[in-house]
Amino acid sequence: MSELLIPLTTTGVPFNLIEPIVAKCSRTGIKDVSERKDYVFVLANDSGQHHDLQGYGAVLTDVSLTASKARTDMASLPGVHSLKVANHVSDGDIVVMYPSGFVRTLYRVNSKNNVIFSTDRCNSNCVMCSQPPKKIDDSYLVEQNLKMISLIDPKPEFIGISGGEPTLLKDDLFRIMSALKVHLPNTFVNMLTNGRMFFYSDFADKYAAVEHPRFRAAIPLYSDIPDEHDFVVQSKGAFVQTMRGLYNLGELGQPIEIRVVLHKLTYRRLPQLAEFIYKNLPFAAHIAFMGMEIMGYVKKNLDLLWIDPVDYQEELYQAVAYLNAHEMNVSIYNHQLCVLKKVLWPFSRKSISDFKNIYLDECANCNVLEKCGGLFKSAHTIHSKYIKAISS
Amino acid sequence: MNITSPLYRDGFSETGTSYYLLPFRFAKIDSCSYCLINELGDYYFVSLEELNDLVEKRLTSKDALYRELRTKHFIVDDTTQGLLDSYITKLRTKKIFITGFTKLHMIVPTLRCNHSCPYCQVSRVSVDKQRYDMNNETAKNTINMILRTPTPHITVEIQGGEPLLNFPIIQYIIEYLDDNKEKFNKHIEFVVCTNLSAISDDMLTFFKCHNVSISSSLDGPAFLHDANRPKEKRDSHALFCENLKRARDVLGPNGVAVLMTTTRESLSYAKEIIDEYLRLDFKSIFLRPLNPYGAAVKTGEHIGYTMEEFLIFYKKAFEYILALNMSGTDFQEVFAKMILTKILTPFNTSFVDCQSPSGAGIGAALYNYDGNVYPADEARMLAETGDYSFCLGNVNKNSFEEIFFGSVMQDIAAVSCNESLAGCSSCAFQPICGSDPINNYATQGYVLGHRFDNDRCKKHMEISKYLLSYLKQKNMAVMNVFSSWVSDGTVRHLEIARECQSS
Repeated sequence: MSELLIPLTTTGVPFNLIEPIVAKCSRTGIKDVSERKDYVFVLANDSGQHHDLQGYGAVLTDVSLTASKARTDMASLPGVHSLKVANHVSDGDIVVMYPSGFVRTLYRVNSKNNVIFSTDRCNSNCVMCSQPPKKIDDSYLVEQNLKMISLIDPKPEFIGISGGEPTLLKDDLFRIMSALKVHLPNTFVNMLTNGRMFFYSDFADKYAAVEHPRFRAAIPLYSDIPDEHDFVVQSKGAFVQTMRGLYNLGELGQPIEIRVVLHKLTYRRLPQLAEFIYKNLPFAAHIAFMGMEIMGYVKKNLDLLWIDPVDYQEELYQAVAYLNAHEMNVSIYNHQLCVLKKVLWPFSRKSISDFKNIYLDECANCNVLEKCGGLFKSAHTIHSKYIKAISS
Repeated sequence: MNITSPLYRDGFSETGTSYYLLPFRFAKIDSCSYCLINELGDYYFVSLEELNDLVEKRLTSKDALYRELRTKHFIVDDTTQGLLDSYITKLRTKKIFITGFTKLHMIVPTLRCNHSCPYCQVSRVSVDKQRYDMNNETAKNTINMILRTPTPHITVEIQGGEPLLNFPIIQYIIEYLDDNKEKFNKHIEFVVCTNLSAISDDMLTFFKCHNVSISSSLDGPAFLHDANRPKEKRDSHALFCENLKRARDVLGPNGVAVLMTTTRESLSYAKEIIDEYLRLDFKSIFLRPLNPYGAAVKTGEHIGYTMEEFLIFYKKAFEYILALNMSGTDFQEVFAKMILTKILTPFNTSFVDCQSPSGAGIGAALYNYDGNVYPADEARMLAETGDYSFCLGNVNKNSFEEIFFGSVMQDIAAVSCNESLAGCSSCAFQPICGSDPINNYATQGYVLGHRFDNDRCKKHMEISKYLLSYLKQKNMAVMNVFSSWVSDGTVRHLEIARECQSS
C-alpha cells in the first residue's frame, strides 16, 4: 500500500532565466495585474492556448515551447518549459526556478511539514546523518529563503528550519529569524541544530535578542558520556560545546527541545541519558526519542547502527517512563505502533513529513493505522522484522 | 547515494587517568556498600574497594565507575572541565531559596484558644482579650513590615492560638494585603491555621473570596484525636469532620490541609491514623515528632517518647504508606517527599527548617500578637516560656533593618550554614539536610548544638539512610512511587538567571 508521494523537484528547459527566481505559484490566475509580480503562472496539462500573462514574474509549463512557437504571450517572461511534471504544485506553493531548468518546491501550502532549508554545511559529521553535509558555498540560499518567507500566505501554524547546521549562517540566521518574526509572528518555528554555536555566548545573546516569540531550538544529545556523544557526532569536544550551548540558551530563557536518535550506539544508556536530561536540563520544553531514517550515512554504517526497534523497547520504556514521571514533556517519533510497547503508544507521534511517509502492504489490514507513525520512504530497504497488522 | 567521506573515525574515547575529586561525602549504608552524596544531592552506591580506588585516583576513564561518577559530578577531568559552569548553575538552583529574602510570614492575631492540648506550645484558654489579642496598630505595623520584604512571592500564614477568635484582625490583614498586592508588586498566598471549631459560613465566604487555604489538625481516628486534643466536651473530632465538610464545600476538595501530631498514644496506631486520613480523603500525611518546646516539654513524661520509639513508628507507617501506593492508592509522606526531592530532583524544597542557610529569619519570620518578631515559630514558643533570646525586635518600635539585620539575626545567621558546622560539614547527609540553631538551643542549650546526641539529627540521619536503602534496591515499583512524590505538578524551572534578580 505504498502511497504516491508528492514530488518536490522537477526539471525542464529554461528560457529568459538568468538568475534563480523565487515565486509563488498560481494555476488559476491572478485577476489584478498589479498583484502578479511575485507569482509564477503554472500551466499544468497545458493545452497550448494563449493566456493573459501580463505582469507575472515567471511562467512554468509542461509543454514544449518549441512545439507552440505561437506562444508570444510567454516571449517576454522568464520561465521553464517542457517540465516533466507541473501538476504537483498548488496555488500558493512557493518554488525556486534555477537557470539550469531545475525547479524546486520550497513551500507547500497544503503541508504541515514545511521546512526552511538553511545550508548543506555542518560542523558535525554524525555517523547516522540522513543528509550528509557538503563543504560548499550555498550562501545564496539566504536571500532565497528571505524571499520565500515574505511570500508565505496564508500564515502556517508551524514551520521548521533545517540543514546542514543553520547556526553556521551566523548573522544571516538572525535575519531569517527576524523575517519570520515580522511576516509570520504567530507561526511556531522549530530549528534543528546541534547547538554547538550557542557555546559562544555572544552568539547566544544575538539569537535571544531577536526576541522571536515562538522559536525553539531542537538539539540532539546522544549520551550522558561525553566521548560517546562525540563519537556519534564525529567531533571531539562537541558534547561539552552542546551542553554549554544548552545552558546558555536556558539562561536566556530560550525554549529548547532535546532530540535523541535511537540506534545501536545510543540505546543501552537511554535510562541513564533520561536521568541526565532531567537532572541537568529540566528546563527542556520537550524531549523526542526518534527512530532512525535509513538514509545518507546510515546506509553505509548499517552494521554499526542498525538495531531492530523491538530490541530496544525496554531501554526506551525506562527512559520515557522516567521522564514522564518527572513531568517532562516526552514524545516518540518515527515509530510503528506494532513495534512499540503498548504503554508507549500515548507518546508516539506521527512525525514523518508527509512527502516521505509510507506504510507497507502488511499495514493495509491494520486497525490502528490512523494513529501510527508509519515508516520513512527509505524503510523499504530495511525495517523491523516484527511489523504486523494490529487487529484490535 | 555515493558517500566518499570516511564513514567514521575512532579515537574519541579517553584513556587518561588524571582526575580531580569534586566535593562529596559518604556514609556506610549496609555491610557492603557506601553511599556517596555530592553538593548537588546526587548519590551513588559503591563498595569499600571502589571507594578506595576512587579517592586513591586508581580509576581510569575506561572504567564504567569512572564514567558514572563523572556524569554525576563526583569527579572532573580534562574532558568535562568545561562543564563546571553547569555545576555552578545546578548548585545555584539548589540554593535558590535564599534569593529574595523572607518568603514565609507568620502572624499570630491571638494567643487565645478553645482547646487545651497537652502538647501545645503556646496557647492560652483565656478570655483576656486585651492581653492576648493583636490590636489594629500592631496589625498595621506588621503589614508594613511584611511588605518591606524584597521577594515578590510571599506566603502569609495566620496562626494562633485559635486565630478565628480574633477574626476582625484577620479580615483587616488579609483584605489590606489582598487589595494592595498589585500596588506593592507582590503575589501573596494566604493560609489560616485553625482547628475549624469556630468557623462560620461568613468566615468561609471571606476565605473563598480572598483565595485563602486552611491548615488544620487531625491526629487520627476519634478516640486518638479526642485524647490528644481535649475540649470541654470531648467532641473535637466530630466537630472537625463536620466542619471539614463545610469548609471543603466552600473552598474546594483541596482547600483544607491537615497536620498530625504524634503523641505516645499515637505510636501504637500508625495504620489507624493513616486509614483515618484516607477515609477523610487527604492525599498526604506529615509524620513528625513532638516539638521539643513549650508545654510539650513539660508534659513530656505523659505524652513524650524517645526518638528511637518515634523512628520505629515512622518506619512502620512509611511501609504501610508505600504498600498503599504500590497497590494503587496515591498517598504521600511529606517528610520523605522532602528528602527525596533533594536527592532525586535538581530542585530544593521550601521547608524552612531543613535548609542551609537555615530558614530562620532569612526564610521565615513570625509576628506575634504583641508585635514581637521571631525568626521561627519555635522561637516564639521559647519566648512564651520566658526565654526571649531570639526576639528580633518589635514592629511597633523597630525598623525593618533593626529587626532583620540586628545583632540577634546576625548571631543566628553565623551558625546557620551546616556546611561549616562541626559534625555537619563531614556528614554524608549535609546537602540534603539543614541547620536549625533554634532547635539546637531549645534542646541542647546552645545554638551550635551537639550532633551526636541531637534528636533532630538522629531523625534526619536515620530516615535519610532508610530512604537511601530503598533507592539502593532500585525496585521499579518503589522508584515509581518516589518519582510521583517528587513530581507534584509544581512549576520546575532551573534557576539560571545570571544574577540574583531580587531588588
